Amino acid sequence: MCLSIPSKVTKIDKEMNSATVDTMGVSREASLDLMEEGSVKIGDYVLIHIGFIMNKIDEVDALSSLEAFEDVLAIMDKEGLDG
Amino acid sequence: MGRELHLKELYNGFRDSKVILSYAKLIEEEGKKLTKEFNIMEVCGGHTHTIMKYGLKQLLPKNINFIHGPGCPVCIMPKERVNHAMVLAQLPDVILVTLGDMIKVPGSKGSLQDVRAEGADVRFVYSPMDCLKIAQENRDKTVIFFAIGFETTTPMTSALINQVVQKKIPNILFHINHITVPEPMKVLLDDKENKIDAFIGPAHVSVITGSKIYNEFAKEYKKPVVVSGFEPVDVMKSILMLVQQLNENRCEVEVEYTRSVSENGNLTAQNLNDNFFQIRESFRWRGIGDIAQSALKLKNQFSYLDAEVIYKNILPTQMIDDHKMCICGDVLKGKANPKDCKVFGKACTPTTPLGSCMVSSEGACSAYYKYGEI
Amino acid sequence: MIEKIKLAHGNGGEENNQLISEVFYKAFQNEILQKSEDSAVIEDGKFAFSTDSFTVSPLFFAGGDIGKLAVCGTCNDLAMMGAKPKYLTCSVIIEEGFSGDDLRTIVDSMAQELKINGAIVVSGDTKVVPKGSVDKIFINTTGIGEIQKKGISSNSIDEDDVIIVSRDIGCHGATIFAQREGIELTSNLQSDCLSLYPIIQKLLDKKIAITALRDATRGGISAVLNEWAKQSNISIEVEEEAIPISDEVMGLCEILGFEAMALANEGTFLLAVKKDDANRALNLLKELNENASIIGKVSKKSLKKVILNSPWGTQRYLDMPSGELLPRIC
Repeated sequence: MCLSIPSKVTKIDKEMNSATVDTMGVSREASLDLMEEGSVKIGDYVLIHIGFIMNKIDEVDALSSLEAFEDVLAIMDKEGLDG
Repeated sequence: MGRELHLKELYNGFRDSKVILSYAKLIEEEGKKLTKEFNIMEVCGGHTHTIMKYGLKQLLPKNINFIHGPGCPVCIMPKERVNHAMVLAQLPDVILVTLGDMIKVPGSKGSLQDVRAEGADVRFVYSPMDCLKIAQENRDKTVIFFAIGFETTTPMTSALINQVVQKKIPNILFHINHITVPEPMKVLLDDKENKIDAFIGPAHVSVITGSKIYNEFAKEYKKPVVVSGFEPVDVMKSILMLVQQLNENRCEVEVEYTRSVSENGNLTAQNLNDNFFQIRESFRWRGIGDIAQSALKLKNQFSYLDAEVIYKNILPTQMIDDHKMCICGDVLKGKANPKDCKVFGKACTPTTPLGSCMVSSEGACSAYYKYGEI
Repeated sequence: MIEKIKLAHGNGGEENNQLISEVFYKAFQNEILQKSEDSAVIEDGKFAFSTDSFTVSPLFFAGGDIGKLAVCGTCNDLAMMGAKPKYLTCSVIIEEGFSGDDLRTIVDSMAQELKINGAIVVSGDTKVVPKGSVDKIFINTTGIGEIQKKGISSNSIDEDDVIIVSRDIGCHGATIFAQREGIELTSNLQSDCLSLYPIIQKLLDKKIAITALRDATRGGISAVLNEWAKQSNISIEVEEEAIPISDEVMGLCEILGFEAMALANEGTFLLAVKKDDANRALNLLKELNENASIIGKVSKKSLKKVILNSPWGTQRYLDMPSGELLPRIC
């Protein structure tokens, strides 16, 4: 029930245990304190909540969800329904 | 399948209008097979806001209804605890720090916003970690972090406590008001008059706790749960999954939000919580009453950090009831809709709130007011 | 009745309007004031007259500084009545200890902006107050302009008008928030702070059928649309998809839980233009910024209210922004 947003990791600061994350061109620091050491890498998609990285977004899963939506659209088109 | 995911897709892909309309159509078809009205409770205030902001109610067939749940940590905060915050804020040499819209929540005599206008040092922060800088810059003052939130937010407080303990920071204390999701859900179901048929499970609480915390709802309470993401496509897909469960005679915990939610959740975060917190025997939820084991407090060995312990003698203990016209309690229990409230939009508005449901960004009343239905 | 003044009373939204009408309009009752236009129209439509105070923090931000803002702000209010800015006053209240170099930079910005508007500062005042009495520097500018086209008013918009926005929204508010201490974000965000009279002059020269103009300052386009709906007693229907928002402003809004439509702008304005002239107006605006868009139309559906149409056919009201701009929590 909390505002958390997907962002991309662009830098890791091992000393401060934090990462720089980018959300559509806006960057900020986020703490890695809630993530297992070494589990977050540059290029990962993560969820940010109040200044912390909360988890890693499963890219493969996200892509397959998006592809599934394309299938849903295709079904709708086939049945001649307005999509 | 080898193609690259772009950040923008994680937003736009789950807000696509064609996909939303397609799911609306699929829900309509599936909905025709229902033999009676289907009432879905979305537990989380964030989901209430998605539903209202994107007008999803308007896309559903008439036999599928939303019942708004109590998933708003500011809304369920009893007035006496808001008064705690105000009393602490007004102590000399105290800086009261809290998150976002806690500042507007009404206690028995005004809000933190009002005491700030009278000179109390009250600061809102984006992240609990901001307390570290405030404490460093104000070594002669005591920073009290008024911690609120469900399981999504508890680990962040834990991380701050960890810093305070590890670095032996002398001037940060905590007032803990963290609460948990399953217990109020059970209380609502234990009410014989409840009309809840199924649940849309919170998105980000589930990221931390894992979807396993809902198993008893499917098994024992026989209510299906689908854990949904926050985007409108997520919610529509989740509704479809719930209707399909009903039509196929299934009663399970399913996860729609598979890109972020696993069965076991974030173990690092859970372990951090276990280091510092214990479960309270009972906690009074505004409008709902006492719920056993539904909230957290600091473990005894950390009571030196606990503002409730340290300031015990001056913190008010009297329980304060809501304004007599306020039906926040019924709204939080899903028994009433914000529009059923006689003072909604009249005496009670975001600028003149009678109850916190109207000022919290997770509150149902505030969602209805802000994204007013036509 | 208002007992204590809260920060929300200065938000440019609902509470601000409450303060203004309950206290100031009540005491200063007169016809000109009640019109609530961006500038007062005086001397039988000959001149526009406006004042504004600037308390922005930080003083220097991507895309401008408090000086540029102080001139743009007042000159734009004049321009929004179709008036050419001519004479300004400049009053400053400076905190003891303020940097002389910073002051010179700010005043130079003001001089530069005055040139763009073709206006001059003819009178002023300077006060220096003890440390802590003011936050570094507050500036007030008051301006008089010569009305080039009479009748531009937020009180006479009707169903023949369409609503156009001059560029992508929320840049100033987003930039300021991103730079403020405590919310450390880095980005390519830039304030949209800009003197608008030059583009207004172009629109007037081409005799575009303008009904109303308003720059979307505090309270953003939400505030303007609601004010127009109330003042002209109409319904404004906005297509959500048509509202131009940059990725970066979107990103900031996602992070902090803001609505871009409620974020402040300092160089973005809305126009109510007769339908037949909409495309001509749009093409002129696109020369300045490619993101100029037609975003809505006028109807009688729900008087004094703004309706937002979603891309998937649902509708909701867009309300006057209220409260302080606070990031969402959980």
